[in-house]
Amino acid sequence: MRRLPQGSLGMTALIEAKGLSVAYGAAVPVLRHVDFILQAGEIVTIVGPNGSGKSTLLRALLGMVAPTAGTVSRATGLRVGYVPQALHLDANLPLSVARFLRLNRRLSPAQVATLLARVGAPGLEARSLATLSGGQFQRVLLARALAGNPQVLVLDEPTKGLDQPGTAAFYRLIEQVRRELGCAVLSVSHDLHVVMSASDRVVCLNGHVCCEGAPSVVSNAPEYRALFGLGTGGALALYQHHHDHGADHPDHPHDHETCNHDH
Amino acid sequence: MIIDAFVLRALVAGLIVAMAAGPLGCLVVWRRMAYFGDATAHAAVLGVALALAFDVSIFAGTLLAALVVAGAVSTLAGRGWAMDTTLGVLAHSALALGLVVVSLLQGVRLNLESFLFGDILTVTARDLWLMGGGAALVSALMLWRWEGLLAATISEDLAQSMGLNPARERLVLTLALALVVAVALKVVGALLIAAMLLIPPATARIYARSPEGMALLAISAAALAVVAGLGASLTWDTPAGPSIVTAAAAMFAASLGGAALIRRLNRG
Repeated sequence: MRRLPQGSLGMTALIEAKGLSVAYGAAVPVLRHVDFILQAGEIVTIVGPNGSGKSTLLRALLGMVAPTAGTVSRATGLRVGYVPQALHLDANLPLSVARFLRLNRRLSPAQVATLLARVGAPGLEARSLATLSGGQFQRVLLARALAGNPQVLVLDEPTKGLDQPGTAAFYRLIEQVRRELGCAVLSVSHDLHVVMSASDRVVCLNGHVCCEGAPSVVSNAPEYRALFGLGTGGALALYQHHHDHGADHPDHPHDHETCNHDH
Repeated sequence: MIIDAFVLRALVAGLIVAMAAGPLGCLVVWRRMAYFGDATAHAAVLGVALALAFDVSIFAGTLLAALVVAGAVSTLAGRGWAMDTTLGVLAHSALALGLVVVSLLQGVRLNLESFLFGDILTVTARDLWLMGGGAALVSALMLWRWEGLLAATISEDLAQSMGLNPARERLVLTLALALVVAVALKVVGALLIAAMLLIPPATARIYARSPEGMALLAISAAALAVVAGLGASLTWDTPAGPSIVTAAAAMFAASLGGAALIRRLNRG
């Protein structure tokens, strides 16, 4: 793996939350006493069931929602590239890919072309955003996030609505981009099976941090199993499959990719 | 041909409305706020009634009422009320209350129809200055906040990640909408203001290739509708406001038909 520019300084925290709680109005808090740290160059995936506060944690870490208790600190001048959940564009908005990338940001046509090439979507400049496929759309969102040369790439369920090959291809792309830029990657998934196999750390969330660690460690943790359960009645055959690979070959995360392809 | 001064003033008034309503109307369409525009416009009737009751300028009364209703809608929607219910309640309450208050006013001879459907031929020079000022303010807001408004329209999350504040963009929209209602009241009337916000952008959408292009085309379509509608009104002695809206609707229908024809010719 490529050494990070900050490597000589040792590990540098980009974002750190201490005792973070978030509540919307008088309702039960969505997050309670969450401690979280993201180091430079790290790949961290937050998993949790629906309503576990994953998106809220992301938003709090980025300063989009104010904590009701605790603190969030970000490295000064932190450059964040944010890939939102799939957008719902009104069909009456005529918006080309190039114009979308230039939204609130100055980019030359050459820079736009480079960004699109980097995410494997070259030549899409003139296409209307509304006519893109789900996979193309996610790549364009990623291109936009990369435009500011981010230190951390934040992805909120980026593969929602993509099929399995599409998801696998998108995560490979993220890995490749990360190798090139050396940025940290912080993403959210509702399913441990569709996390990046290259994740350094998985944080299992359900209002609070249930457990965290390497993907294989988390999938074996009793807290994780209690949360997601194993009684899927054989509906999720992939579960055992993945889990075995993770446990047998913890050093060969790319085996996961191959598995994904077979299915 | 000699154009009477009142016709010239009417024409200028109509073009001012076209200028202000075009870009804002596009945002209203993209954000699916059509009902919101309608509610704000209906509030204008209440504004007129209160202005007459308290003897302040109708422009100020309309502006204030539109601002209050638009602000109330934003607040209630922000608290999780269903948007269409909130708007339905507020729009019709404001309209009904306005009509009741007008009927209670003693000694005021008021032609209600002129506020519901506009009375462009009675626009005075002083009206023009007020309308021009209001429209200039709307245009300035649109130019100043365009990128932010567009970003917040596409995705509030994305806008926030760019360091923009979607709440501020919503406030800008609310303010601009109230201004347009006050500007357009005398031209097309409270019941047809929403038409001037929606129909020209709908026509522009057929031709536009970019957001900015659509905004400029919407201004052009609205201006053309003003000229055609006013001309028709003078020729056939039809009410001016409804004639302008009818002209806009005819342009939309013709554009739809034309676009379909071009597609067919290209294919054949």
